[in-house]
Amino acid sequence: MSIETTGPGLWLLIAIMAVVTLLTRYGGVFAMSFVRISPRIESFINTMASSVLIAIIVPMAVSGDLGALAALLVTAGAMLLLHKPLPAITLGLVAAAAVRYGVGA
Amino acid sequence: MTSPRYPYQFQPRKVRAEFFRLLPISLFVVAFGAAFGLAATQEGLTPLVTIVMSTTVFAGAAQFAVLDLWGADVPVLPLIAVVFAINSRHLLMGASLYPMLKDLSPGRRYGLLLLLTDANWAVSAQDYQNGRRNLEVILGGGLVLWLAWIFGTWLGAYFGGLLDNPKAFGLDMVLGCFLLAMALGGRKSPRVLTAWAVAAAASLVAWAWLPPNTHVVIGALAGGLVGYFWLDRTSADGAAGARTEGGAREH
Repeated sequence: MSIETTGPGLWLLIAIMAVVTLLTRYGGVFAMSFVRISPRIESFINTMASSVLIAIIVPMAVSGDLGALAALLVTAGAMLLLHKPLPAITLGLVAAAAVRYGVGA
Repeated sequence: MTSPRYPYQFQPRKVRAEFFRLLPISLFVVAFGAAFGLAATQEGLTPLVTIVMSTTVFAGAAQFAVLDLWGADVPVLPLIAVVFAINSRHLLMGASLYPMLKDLSPGRRYGLLLLLTDANWAVSAQDYQNGRRNLEVILGGGLVLWLAWIFGTWLGAYFGGLLDNPKAFGLDMVLGCFLLAMALGGRKSPRVLTAWAVAAAASLVAWAWLPPNTHVVIGALAGGLVGYFWLDRTSADGAAGARTEGGAREH
């Protein structure tokens, strides 16, 4: 089934996107309201939380170009040394820009 | 007014502070929004439609992916599948905030979730790991990120991209670097590092061999399982401290 991108169909498509996205924002919280938060569940969601970040970043590093890899490595190094996010992120972006300038991307 | 069932109290001053705390990253979101606005109008969407989409959907990665499906008509099931798969990380992000969200009335809880996105969630989740309850960043930070996304989309739809080649300045890596900095600013015990190793391996396996856009959820659940089977006494204490600080009861 397809919807035309003219007239009312267009707004229907956007409504579908908005509702599906909203269901993802609500679904996890709604499901949790039926779960008793035991220490084990608390431990699960706490390790899951930081694992979300790792699961976003690692494939990004592996599939990205040299600049992407440099950005993440420099951000990681700077964060571990400085413990300050903004300088670490800035250094990471500078690293990506420098590598891409050097490679001629 | 304190409700014993829903003890979480929003502090207006902290909401404002979190708005300004995420203002720097929001400037980068404006640049992404402009890139999206430009790409969408090049696909044939009108500026109005593009801006309405950014305002109501507020999910950059999914919006970019949908442009690949755009044409004279759009297939509905692939549209739903792509939007759901890319945004499925929200399910886990929301769930991870539940210990705090349960202390809000359902109306406020689901109202607040309208503004849930990667950057403000990452700050809130990291604060929670460190024993601080911070839903104010979801509200204040979410608001500035949402406004930046709409403003950027508007700029791009009417005036084109802000930069000829944002990648040359590393701007495509802003969110990745931000999320990495948040992860590394949190607690790093052997248990957490084990979870991260498992999450990394699982996400790479899913990325290579499973359907597209499933890798975040697969990796995160795999990392969560490490926590399920390996309870950490000190982190449980930290979380318990965070609970009592907010005056929450067990149920």
